[in-house]
Amino acid sequence: MQSYLYFPGCSLRTVARDFEDSARASARALGLELKEMQGWLCCGAVFPNVADNVMTNAGPNRILARARAESDTLVTLCAGCHNVLKRANLQAKRNAIKQEQINEFNEERYEGGLGVLHFLEVLRDRVGFIAIREAAKTPLRGLPVGAYYGCLLLRPFEEMKLDDPHRPSVLEDLLFSIGCMPVDYPKRTECCGSFLGVGAPDAMALLSRNVVQAARSHGAKLLTVSCPLCKYNLEESQKQDPKASSSSGPLPVVYFTQLLGLALGVSPEDLRLSDTQLQTIRGGAKSTVESVSQT
Amino acid sequence: MKRVGVFVCHCGLNIAGTVNIKEITDAASKTPDVVVAADHRYLCSEPGQALIKDNIKQHRLDAIVVAACSPAMHEITFRNIARAAGLNRYQSEIANIREQCSWVHDNIEKATEKAHVIIRQSIEKVKLNELLDPITVPVTRRALIVGGGIAGIRAALDVANSGHQVYLVEKTGSIGGRMAQLSETFPTLDCSICILGPLMVEAYRNPNIKILRLSEVEEVKGFIGNFKVKVRQAPVYVDETECNSCAECVKVCPAEVPNEFDSGLTWRKAIYIPFAQAVPPAYVLDAKSCLGLLPQACGECKKACDKLGMSCINLDAHPETHELEVGAIISATGYEMYDAARLTEYGYGIYPDVMTSLEFERMLSASGPTSGVIRRPSDGRIPKEVVFIQCAGQREPETALPYCSKVCCMYTARHAMLFRHKVPDGQAYVFYMDIRAGGKGYEEFVKRTQEEGGVLYLRGRVAKVHEENDKLVVKGVDTLSGKTVQIDADVVVLAVGMVPSQGSRELANTLKASVDENGFFAEAHPKLRPLESATAGIFLAGAGQAPKDIPETVAQASGAASKALNLLSSPTLEREPTVARIVNEFCSGCGICVPACPFEALSMNRERKIAEVAEALCEGCGTCVASCPSGALSLRNLTDTQIMAMIRAGRG
Repeated sequence: MQSYLYFPGCSLRTVARDFEDSARASARALGLELKEMQGWLCCGAVFPNVADNVMTNAGPNRILARARAESDTLVTLCAGCHNVLKRANLQAKRNAIKQEQINEFNEERYEGGLGVLHFLEVLRDRVGFIAIREAAKTPLRGLPVGAYYGCLLLRPFEEMKLDDPHRPSVLEDLLFSIGCMPVDYPKRTECCGSFLGVGAPDAMALLSRNVVQAARSHGAKLLTVSCPLCKYNLEESQKQDPKASSSSGPLPVVYFTQLLGLALGVSPEDLRLSDTQLQTIRGGAKSTVESVSQT
Repeated sequence: MKRVGVFVCHCGLNIAGTVNIKEITDAASKTPDVVVAADHRYLCSEPGQALIKDNIKQHRLDAIVVAACSPAMHEITFRNIARAAGLNRYQSEIANIREQCSWVHDNIEKATEKAHVIIRQSIEKVKLNELLDPITVPVTRRALIVGGGIAGIRAALDVANSGHQVYLVEKTGSIGGRMAQLSETFPTLDCSICILGPLMVEAYRNPNIKILRLSEVEEVKGFIGNFKVKVRQAPVYVDETECNSCAECVKVCPAEVPNEFDSGLTWRKAIYIPFAQAVPPAYVLDAKSCLGLLPQACGECKKACDKLGMSCINLDAHPETHELEVGAIISATGYEMYDAARLTEYGYGIYPDVMTSLEFERMLSASGPTSGVIRRPSDGRIPKEVVFIQCAGQREPETALPYCSKVCCMYTARHAMLFRHKVPDGQAYVFYMDIRAGGKGYEEFVKRTQEEGGVLYLRGRVAKVHEENDKLVVKGVDTLSGKTVQIDADVVVLAVGMVPSQGSRELANTLKASVDENGFFAEAHPKLRPLESATAGIFLAGAGQAPKDIPETVAQASGAASKALNLLSSPTLEREPTVARIVNEFCSGCGICVPACPFEALSMNRERKIAEVAEALCEGCGTCVASCPSGALSLRNLTDTQIMAMIRAGRG
């Protein structure tokens, strides 16, 4: 079984257990092991990305140093952690002076040499979508899913190098490989409102609702994400919107790993899928199959 | 020993501001073998030149050192002065104390010391200079022009009208280039093909011009005045002298492909005429889209042609290689449009109604896919709201093109104005970064578009275009009001930039001419030699050198032609004699120098088993000298002895 060193991050151990459990279960089903790294700590959320501060980089660099001691590759799941760790990793390569300051402070040296990957990159570049399609025992035929990218997974492009920031396809390609019908809708790379949910919840709700409405109007039955904060915002904005819930109920939001796991034959309990989520998935997949067979 | 004179130039304050002139002149006058040292405010001026001449005569000088600017500026001037005063012109040396000293330093004391070192070294060098005469080589008085666009046509006509033969090599089936595709030209709104057509016909009829269509330059050997060029012509299946453009072959051809001339908006057959006014006026068989020639799969065109009693079509035609001898080459390879599909934020290639300017141009053209009626590509409706995005993929060093293509502000204004002429109740929006309308009548044209044309100019960039309910939703920002703008448009036109034509980099390699970081042909000097490449005898014209509009292209083409004519006007030409020399006795025949030479000037003499220098090919770079393990090679007037003497003089 191929093993990858893996960084969970805070959200995945608290509000987003479903993300972590579904990812590790899916990985197992694909013959991969996500091995938790030793001594991980908070990546610092997006604060290390400010250009003029050295202090906030201490955390991510400790993580990178410790991961380097164990492996040459580190896999992340949360789009936010992925963003921070990739940028800190690149900074270590590009800004020697700043890196020296950080290393002196940390008393734990990180001098590059680690490759930071998002789990999607492992699926796409190491496993391959063709292999995933072959491994998908119970594909979710015809399920209309809106892939939501948000900001942190793709931007800034020069540093993330994951996919085209304006017209990405990695999530859609994955969804295709497990039988879903990804929905192309205009807002899929726009911001969900991020931390505005704390200080200006109305602004966040407006942005997130735009995303949900665009996905819904283009035929999505559910949304899939790679970021716990996006998921929270997309769900929360719908709770506050009486219109959305009154019509056809809120649009469920799931992690891509939950859909992947389901297609690979992992039990819904192990994927921590709620009943409503499961119902939508089963309903969406089935109804489309019927409509296709009728025509 | 030689009697040396040293002349120090102040160059106004350029040198005198940082270097103590009096001190270095005095020091120079005390150097052994220096008979006289003098200074002048501007040695290149008439009195300055007279000072040198008088001193040469008065002091019976054998050699002079001129401490002044770079030899690239005035080496020739001072060599000519030496010659006029009765010296061999290679007894004049420049000590560059401006570019290599005063301009780059600010400490007067140290700069003065350095200037003195530079002068001492030049004195040592000139003392060992040989008497040399320029090498005379014959000139092949013909020209080759690569690229049959407006630049190539104009240059060809200029050279041909001066009585010299011209080969005009064109990659496609017809000359005319991009200008033939344009509908009108700014700022006068002349019909483009109406002003280009007569020139194309003139070039075709000119007995001095031989047009080689479907051809590409394969190999260039030789040097200025004497190039030997191999041009590969793809099989010409349709004989241009026989074909009378009856179009019977087109009717029966079963293969259809997108028409390049209409930017892919229409279809053409595998046998086709590039466009109505094509020159030569003959059909072309595109072997790539033909159903099959080897082995022959269809042959319907030939049958149709033969049925009429004609015999224009020869499906067994072979590619041909023309071996040409020319004295000058003009590269006029032109441009193509940046690939708009790379700008994923605008959705070109995904939404059919997002088009490039060149596609919109074809739509405006009376000979275009819609006969000049503007229609949405998706459903053929006449668009009411059109958004033009200027600088699409330009001035973006990180993600796309770093430069400005210079013509987009103008053609976008023209497009917006013509759109308003054709759709009076339509609305045109232009997103711009700033308007660059430098040119005769250009600013007035843009103003007219804005004021009379009723076109709405918004200063800001567009973030995103997406499709919703049959409309293209354009989201941008108006930086003047500071507000985000959303426009529901019918058509979005991207003013993408100009990039060098495909294959121009390969051509540059073949010509041994260099290209800049964006792939455009590099000129020898950006200000003073904009028409020449760094390789002697290769001249540049048109947008292959940098983005430019039609008037500028035509001006540059005539300029390049006159440069070429300058060269062709004399039966011989002089080359620098400061080339490599070989001492036969020292040469071991190892052959290391042969591949080291970038100009193919070195070769092995098979009988004598030693290397030989073709002086006419040698550029005097010295690479072979450095490569020679037995010290048999040296550079005239820059020998190892001279270099050692200069090093010794430098150490003081």
